[in-house]
Amino acid sequence: MAETEKTIKLEYEVGKEEFSKAGIASSNIKKVLNQIGIDSTIVRRVAIAAYESEINIVIHSEGGKIIAEISHDRIIIVAHDKGKGIENIENAMTKGFSTASNEAREMGFGAGMGLPNMKRTSDQFSIESSKGSDTIVEMIFNI
Amino acid sequence: MLLREAKEILGAEILSGDEYMDRSVEVAFSCDLMSDVLAFVDDKVLLLTGLTNLQVIRTAEMLDLSNIVFVRGKRPNEEVCRLAKEKKMVLMGVKHTLFEASGLLYKNGLNGIKIEGD
Repeated sequence: MAETEKTIKLEYEVGKEEFSKAGIASSNIKKVLNQIGIDSTIVRRVAIAAYESEINIVIHSEGGKIIAEISHDRIIIVAHDKGKGIENIENAMTKGFSTASNEAREMGFGAGMGLPNMKRTSDQFSIESSKGSDTIVEMIFNI
Repeated sequence: MLLREAKEILGAEILSGDEYMDRSVEVAFSCDLMSDVLAFVDDKVLLLTGLTNLQVIRTAEMLDLSNIVFVRGKRPNEEVCRLAKEKKMVLMGVKHTLFEASGLLYKNGLNGIKIEGD
């Protein structure tokens, strides 16, 4: 990346089980992307992925953060949470597989589409997790 | 289909956004699972759902989806309506079940979305 290129970095705390606030970080990220004139199709893909990861932190973790890094050629979204970790990533990546609570299901989540959705909408997707450790999801979107 | 036509067909009550009834929708999607909405839906879609919480509006916002029908006589609270208004969304409420509301719209020419295979 050229030294003169500016990178915008946004960081949001996401609280455990804070269902009423879930989506505020993603909404802000979406607003910033629209303001700087990113193509609306890309904005929508980033928004979906960021929102799914935000919901995941609320539902499954002890809290965490969403970080967005916007540079001239790509957008990186990182969701980093503290907590339980994922015992079996392959299961978690399977459409329809979910360990979500009843509360999450009542809010319309826990359909087992979160991680597959994030993978589908991003150009590059990686996930690091194991039982009892932090989960880090990184998604890259080419501009 | 124009939203005002959908309103007539469903006998719906407008809960927010009556100034946007000339908007048109191309297809509809009926679902209580927001994760599935996020997986399958694009803009220009009319969403029919029995969920009335804040996450329905957030989900719609991420997708640039602006038109929602709440079924089974359910009504969102003021906070939900306020966020929807801020996002220029149309919210309607109907007494029908999700099945009936979907059927009425389908019978009158509004199709469902196409799901692409893996």
